[in-house]
Amino acid sequence: MSAGNMNLTLKVWRQKNTHSEGKLVTYPISGISPDMSFLEMIDVLNEELINKGQEPVAFDHDCREGICGMCSMYINGRAHGPKRAITTCQLHMRSFKDGDTIVIEPWKAKSFPIIKDLVVDRTAFDRIIAKGGYISVNTGSVKDANNIPIPKDKVDEALEAAACIGCGACVATCVNSSAMLFVSAKISQLALLPQGQPERNSRVLSMVEQMDHEGFGNCTNTGACEVECPKEISLENIARMNREFVMASLTKKKKKNTGGGAG
Amino acid sequence: MISIWKKVVMGLTGLFLISFLVVHCGINSLIFLNDGGKTFEAAGHFMGTNPVIRIMEIGLVIGFLIHIIDGFVLWYQNTKARPQKYKAKGGSANSTWYSRSMGLLGTLLLLFLILHTADFWIPNRANQFTTGHELPLFERMKNIFSQPLWVVLYVLGCISLFWHLLHGFRSAFQSLGINHSKYNPIIKIAGTGFAIICPFVFAMMPITMFFGWIK
Repeated sequence: MSAGNMNLTLKVWRQKNTHSEGKLVTYPISGISPDMSFLEMIDVLNEELINKGQEPVAFDHDCREGICGMCSMYINGRAHGPKRAITTCQLHMRSFKDGDTIVIEPWKAKSFPIIKDLVVDRTAFDRIIAKGGYISVNTGSVKDANNIPIPKDKVDEALEAAACIGCGACVATCVNSSAMLFVSAKISQLALLPQGQPERNSRVLSMVEQMDHEGFGNCTNTGACEVECPKEISLENIARMNREFVMASLTKKKKKNTGGGAG
Repeated sequence: MISIWKKVVMGLTGLFLISFLVVHCGINSLIFLNDGGKTFEAAGHFMGTNPVIRIMEIGLVIGFLIHIIDGFVLWYQNTKARPQKYKAKGGSANSTWYSRSMGLLGTLLLLFLILHTADFWIPNRANQFTTGHELPLFERMKNIFSQPLWVVLYVLGCISLFWHLLHGFRSAFQSLGINHSKYNPIIKIAGTGFAIICPFVFAMMPITMFFGWIK
């Protein structure tokens, strides 16, 4: 990494813990290379803070190649910064100008409580997945390819939905803090494939119920989520979830007590 | 109520209210025939006295109430979903301001609706109820739209309606699960066209009457 000559003013959200008040703290930073990723720039800032005996900025990061979805930063009012279809680690300092002021905030939503500084608790997403975002039957050993015929367009749509990395940018960017893009992607990837059919109805009902229970807002179709999603998950998934949910609700039967089991 | 039901109800009542706008706009456009309001009042008489229409009117009031109440519930819950706001705002980069302001636009429309029904619908129905006669609506329009302030308020109402429809028309289809590359372009064109034409025709009514172009 070459030493650079960009001078920036960072305004970073600092918050001790979930229950304390947070605020923006200003840090001037210099010698930033335009080739650095945004996270490397934060690394430089943290090194300076540590050398000065101050507490470094806590932030989530893991793979640093755009697939883990951890690096949740709200940069200058946009999830993952100014570019489309990238995570924060894929954002480079060349997207900014020398002398810029950059405001860095954590995701803000009631359902994503701030743990510290830029780190938020996204386990609400895990609890939604736990309500049915999987297939609960044993699939056995690997089958022959094309054993189950699936139309190409359905495979493509399912894989596009499955690209969701659960980063939470949809919630962070939504004016209503709605999680519908995330939940609809997780429902779509299974609803489109034969393997997802047995639990198709119960899945959508219980996952949507959990989504509401977590306190996410209601979708009003602004479309911001689709624009800010690093994996470009389409709003078509939300329309599909609406259809799936309405059909599942309308056709749901009352549970019968029919014994069963061995015998 | 589950979030998706709230969307579906919003979309269904929205489309129902759009169908009302088509009828309302169509009948009121009869004033542009410039025949002293004769055809317009004949149509108004039919709408005000036909039993089938009068029963449908009850459905219309219920449709309005559900759409308004659901709207306020959405607005209240969505505000609560983010108790702490962002310091930096960049919403304009990913969505339109009017799609993010449907609650505000809806509230403006509600204020307009109160003003508008107090001008025409409520006094007319009240008069029918007490005396059995309808009010001369065409004369009433001319009187009300001779006041510059009222013309401005009505035009502002139409502008709010334009922005509300520009998002609402398309949004209703998405909420009902209709999002398909084959039909999206026609929904977009129809929605934008309706959002422009309907409020424009409505706005021309107070304007043309104020300037005395409608005799």
